[in-house]
Amino acid sequence: MAKEMKLMKGNEAIARAMIASGTDGYFGYPITPQSEVMETLMAEQPWETTGMVVLQAESELASINMVYGGAATGKKVATSSSSPGISLMQEGLTYLAGAEVPCLIMNAMRGGPGLGTIQPAQSDYFQSVKGGGHGDYQLYTIAPASVQEMYDFVFDAWDIAFKYRIPVLILTDGAIGQCMEKCYVRDYVPRWTEEERRKNAPWGCWGKPATRGHNVVTSLELESSRQEVFNLKLQAKYREMEQKEVRYEALNCDDADYVLVAYGTSSRIAMKAMQLGREKGLKIGVFRLITLFPFPKKEINDLAKHVKGMLCVEMSAGQMIEDVKLAANCSIPIEHFGRFGGIIPTSEEVLEALEKQIIK
Amino acid sequence: MAIMNQDIVKPENLVYTKTKVLTDAVMHYCPGCGHGTTHRIVAEVIDELGIQDKTVGIAPVGCSVLAYNYFDVDFEEAAHGRAPALATAVKRLNPDLFVFTYQGDGDLAAIGTAETIHACNRGENITMVFINNGIYGMTGGQMAPTTLIGMKSQTTPFGRNVERNGYPLRITELLATLPGTYYVTRQSVHTPAAVRKAKAAIKKGFENQKLKKGVSFIEILSSCNSGWKMTPVQANKWMEENMFPNYPVGDIKVDGKIVENVDINRIVVDHPLTVVNQ
Amino acid sequence: MTEELIIAGFGGQGVLSMGKILVYCAAEEGSEVLWMPAYGPEQRGGTANVTVIVSSERISSPILSKFDTAIVLNQQSLDKFESAVKPGGTLIFDPNGITHEPTRKDINIYKIAATEKAQEMGISKVFNMMVLGGYLKLKPIVSSEFIEKGLMKALPARHHKLIPQNIEAIEIGKGLIQAVQTL
Repeated sequence: MAKEMKLMKGNEAIARAMIASGTDGYFGYPITPQSEVMETLMAEQPWETTGMVVLQAESELASINMVYGGAATGKKVATSSSSPGISLMQEGLTYLAGAEVPCLIMNAMRGGPGLGTIQPAQSDYFQSVKGGGHGDYQLYTIAPASVQEMYDFVFDAWDIAFKYRIPVLILTDGAIGQCMEKCYVRDYVPRWTEEERRKNAPWGCWGKPATRGHNVVTSLELESSRQEVFNLKLQAKYREMEQKEVRYEALNCDDADYVLVAYGTSSRIAMKAMQLGREKGLKIGVFRLITLFPFPKKEINDLAKHVKGMLCVEMSAGQMIEDVKLAANCSIPIEHFGRFGGIIPTSEEVLEALEKQIIK
Repeated sequence: MAIMNQDIVKPENLVYTKTKVLTDAVMHYCPGCGHGTTHRIVAEVIDELGIQDKTVGIAPVGCSVLAYNYFDVDFEEAAHGRAPALATAVKRLNPDLFVFTYQGDGDLAAIGTAETIHACNRGENITMVFINNGIYGMTGGQMAPTTLIGMKSQTTPFGRNVERNGYPLRITELLATLPGTYYVTRQSVHTPAAVRKAKAAIKKGFENQKLKKGVSFIEILSSCNSGWKMTPVQANKWMEENMFPNYPVGDIKVDGKIVENVDINRIVVDHPLTVVNQ
Repeated sequence: MTEELIIAGFGGQGVLSMGKILVYCAAEEGSEVLWMPAYGPEQRGGTANVTVIVSSERISSPILSKFDTAIVLNQQSLDKFESAVKPGGTLIFDPNGITHEPTRKDINIYKIAATEKAQEMGISKVFNMMVLGGYLKLKPIVSSEFIEKGLMKALPARHHKLIPQNIEAIEIGKGLIQAVQTL
């Protein structure tokens, strides 16, 4: 499958993967540190080659609703933004989840709250996996830790989005977006034909033929009893995803006494801290979350049975740690170490925190 | 022996039937409201143009939030004010579809002003149907951007006051000034003659999508007898006497040009409202 | 093998592109690479720096606080990154505009008068390639046969005619670098 190796930035990888994965449309609004996504798309002019539509919207409010409109016709439609813009999109996201519309959103997190900073952060974990908008809903949330994963996860996103009729959130940050690494690019997946669209999205608004009733994409149900039934169906879908779609990477966890739990950029910093610690003779492992929803509850619970302690490393004031503690049933010491507001922790700091807070 | 409906309504006696582009669902609109009539003529146009299988509608939030239950075409239900953004993407990704939005004044001219203006300014090849009744009907009769000066509502119980609430927004005239609108008109559906004209306007709006020259924008002035707290007959009369001077009926922009003698800059601030004795 | 490098200077000195060319060359040779610019709101005139990692193994953290080598091209960068060189590591600076020379005793220090040489030869645009040449002389992390291949990938096709000039500048740089202090 993998073909040619190219060097590219994470943001560029997202854009190129969108084109290569047969994405039908992208609607975006500029915001640092991810504007290269739309810039790359505009420079590549995919409407001339694959027929992909790329449009700069007047706001994130408009761009997420363009995603809703386009994706509700059963096409592969995506957007990208950074924290403040994603906050503005929360209305659209809850409608997309409520109407079960598959689509792709990328958030290159930056430090907040408010306008905050343009530097990398991981402070949108709660917003991403605990709702964000109103109502009981989840986004399939996947956190790449390399440029290659930024590229690959776009392809994976379309499979998941249409299989479960769920919006997929690629949750990353400015560091992965801006750094340049090797990326093995794939063969182009052609955009769906009209027949494929109708087969893959029989629920879509693509024009009612005489052979079926009209399709309605909506999140409205005025009858509470029916709304509850729908909510139960959503929850059943989320439980199924927890059974089948959890992804993670366990590095040196088998013989580890202590484990660093992290995702995205933090997991790379944790990997280096692990190396530094192992050089000192400390048996450290790294548990890297790839999916944040579904969360690897069982795997963390199992891990907690044979390690002495865990340090959650996040570029936030401590958000993911709540889910780690719940998963581990607080059976072992679990502590948080984080820098935030756009500051990225160093591996030395992480190791020191592990030694002070957990190993003691 | 009682005479049943089916004894009278026999195929040979029928002079008027439901258009097939409307579903069998019973509309929830108040008697006398313009929504039902406007739904009917939009559906007739879709039927007459033979585009039922190629039409996607976008429903708003407001009284017509359930529009998708009544039209037998594929429908997307937008968040409040966002219909033009949805329609933009539907049309751009599916240029062969006929795409229309259906919005009220709160949806289109208040919370969704940015989406409205930018879709019109980009010249999207869509048809926008705009119901203006000068009030928020669904939430119980609060002030809309189009509420007339002096007009009472649940949030302007002593009448709209310019100092507190600003002026009625003539968004249709505003949109006519944008190069991206191709056809802009204001109609009403309160008399049979008006209905015929409104239908012709909607038909033109849909046909224009084939030309790919920009937005066709059809404002329909409607009464809201429940919100205005009048009878349907009183409301229609009141609309003629008070809405029409502020919102003159007729074409504003045709084939991309402002119609001669239409003064899009006209400002009405001193029209005294008529009082209805109830 | 893992080389962790920081290159820092003024915006416009070609700091980012020098790092980019280095990673393209190293990637062509089969190494794992990472190029991580520090970004800020300013487009021009401020200071710029880029972290470059070249390794035979999977690269972990893209954010580093200690480096094997620092290449500093102005006084601010020297002041900022001298202390970030690992003990026993290497500091390379261009003496142009430097008023306070590095003082550490536990690192190798080299100077390369590339600004002066490039001006003298009228080829200021490839000044950064001279610096790269000097660096590669000390740390031959890329074989010379992969330099041209990397340049082909790093530069847009319309600039491919400039590749011989770039390679020449790299060669000149190799001759320019001088030891100030070696351990």
